[in-house]
Amino acid sequence: MATTHSRTLAQFMLFPSVVLLLAWMIVPLCMTLYFSFLDYNLLSPGTEEFIGFLNYEFFLTDPAFFESFFNTLVLVGGVLLITICGGIGLAILLDQAIWGRNYVRIMVLAPFFVMPTVSALVWKNMLMNPVNGLFAHFATFIGIEPIDFFSQAPLLSIIIIVSWQWLPFAALILLTAIQSLDREQLEAADLDGAGPFSKFFYIVLPHLSRAVTAVILIETIFLLSIFAEILVTTSGGPGYESTNITYLIYTQSLLQFDVGGGSAGGIIAVIIANIVAIFLMRLIGKNLEG
Amino acid sequence: MGSITLKQVTKSFDEVNVIKPLDLEIRDGEFIVFVGPSGCGKSTLLRMIAGLEDTTSGNIEIDGQDATSTPPAKRGLAMVFQSYALYPHMSVRNNIAFPLKRAKVPPAEIEEKIASAARILNLGDYLDRKPGQLSGGQRQRVAIGRAIVRQPSAFLFDEPLSNLDASLRVNMRLEISELHKSLKTTMIYVTHDQVEAMTMADRIAVFNAGVIEQVGTPLELYQYPVNRFVAGFIGSPKMNFIELDTPQEDGATCLGVRPEHIEITESGGLWQGKVGVVEHLGSETFLHVQVEGADTLTVKANGDCALRYGDDVYLGAQPNKILRFDSQGQTIANG
Repeated sequence: MATTHSRTLAQFMLFPSVVLLLAWMIVPLCMTLYFSFLDYNLLSPGTEEFIGFLNYEFFLTDPAFFESFFNTLVLVGGVLLITICGGIGLAILLDQAIWGRNYVRIMVLAPFFVMPTVSALVWKNMLMNPVNGLFAHFATFIGIEPIDFFSQAPLLSIIIIVSWQWLPFAALILLTAIQSLDREQLEAADLDGAGPFSKFFYIVLPHLSRAVTAVILIETIFLLSIFAEILVTTSGGPGYESTNITYLIYTQSLLQFDVGGGSAGGIIAVIIANIVAIFLMRLIGKNLEG
Repeated sequence: MGSITLKQVTKSFDEVNVIKPLDLEIRDGEFIVFVGPSGCGKSTLLRMIAGLEDTTSGNIEIDGQDATSTPPAKRGLAMVFQSYALYPHMSVRNNIAFPLKRAKVPPAEIEEKIASAARILNLGDYLDRKPGQLSGGQRQRVAIGRAIVRQPSAFLFDEPLSNLDASLRVNMRLEISELHKSLKTTMIYVTHDQVEAMTMADRIAVFNAGVIEQVGTPLELYQYPVNRFVAGFIGSPKMNFIELDTPQEDGATCLGVRPEHIEITESGGLWQGKVGVVEHLGSETFLHVQVEGADTLTVKANGDCALRYGDDVYLGAQPNKILRFDSQGQTIANG
């Protein structure tokens, strides 16, 4: 695309897809924005009227909002912490020359291919169920009271389930990063007298910083909108203990039929996501440069 | 201190013997070059000396101490890698300080050593830059700096100049030789480039397929190669080999004569041929002469040689400059 002519042609040919993508994004956003200023409840159709920022006021002053906002942050932070730390550990293990390494790598990736609803159901019914779950059986076996995960530690349970899903993704990205580490650097460190810990902290971890940044950014995008796992397991309860912003919007608009309030929540979620994105890019975006 | 003795050292990967039983004495303070074609085991041997590869059998002694199973860091050797192996996220200063910090050297002493290494290698201006911001030659210097500060008993160089462009390679060659003269530390240098070997080495070890063919000073190898491999490997352009149909009375089946030892004569001479491609280098001229009953011979002539493509020439050589090889490729002693 060196000549002016071919560049113009390229721009011209890109035009339809750009317009389509833009419309795809702008139209729902504008509709949500429009609904968020209306008193629009599905139970009383035909009575929509403009009510200004009242929906926003209700959503933001709802005590459930703060709890779910806090839950969202804990959920994202907790899963990131587990998947990054666990992912680095797994990646280092998978990098070792072990028998059947290729099969192990495929097996490790398996949870990522399981649908969120299915994996949540598997965890709910097979593992964490207080009567029939494997954990309950194990607890009875060693003679302690089985834990009812979803009522005693609902948010933690969801963090565990989501971490299980995302751990393979983190491990795989970090594994490829580890494999791209120049072996001569490790050998040089060997000669320089670095032990395993020095090598990890001074050579391997800095080398991984880029991959870790990418994993954090990608995971954050998806973790802010965790929904299926909550719907299938705790339905946001008990109370609002495991409700995040996404789930709160769902209850608002589809359980209480308050489309206006739900839309306002949606717009707030968009703003929060952007704030988190800006914050993250400021904090770690530097790693992606250069 | 920096004498290294290899006793019956071998290395095999699975069933493949990369290094066949090998003895070598590296003297304190000498600059020894391991040279050979790629895959001949020279780098593997260097890595075994460094401790980065296990030794399958035999002993490696450093300063009289058996170091065969000593971990790399404890051998007191420093290595400069082909890829430089600098730590990309650390500044030049931290790269050089890394081995010192690992050895828990006091900060004041570290500063001092960095300053002196920077002075020796002209690194002063870019101590605070990252390796990614340096040119190939500068990175090479940083890698050497990281080796120097440890004050090793021997330096190991693994093809350190192969990633540099030709003119820089000549400069760095000089700098490394200079460094050796001033530090007087043992240096083991691996290369596949016989010019580097000839110009830098006190002694050269010529490797071929996991064995050392010959060890000696550059001139010894040039004048008295023990076999056809060494004769062909040392010297540029390569030595000419002329296969004989019938063995001579001393058993020679092949003659070897270097391009610079062939004389062009008006008439008579040992061989007669037609001039092929003529390469003018200014200071000298290389003629590729198609000789009747033999292959093409490369002939080195004066820079102002006026012979042209297709000219008929007669070639001769002093009898004492012609090497004779037997059917095994071994050199038959003159006289």
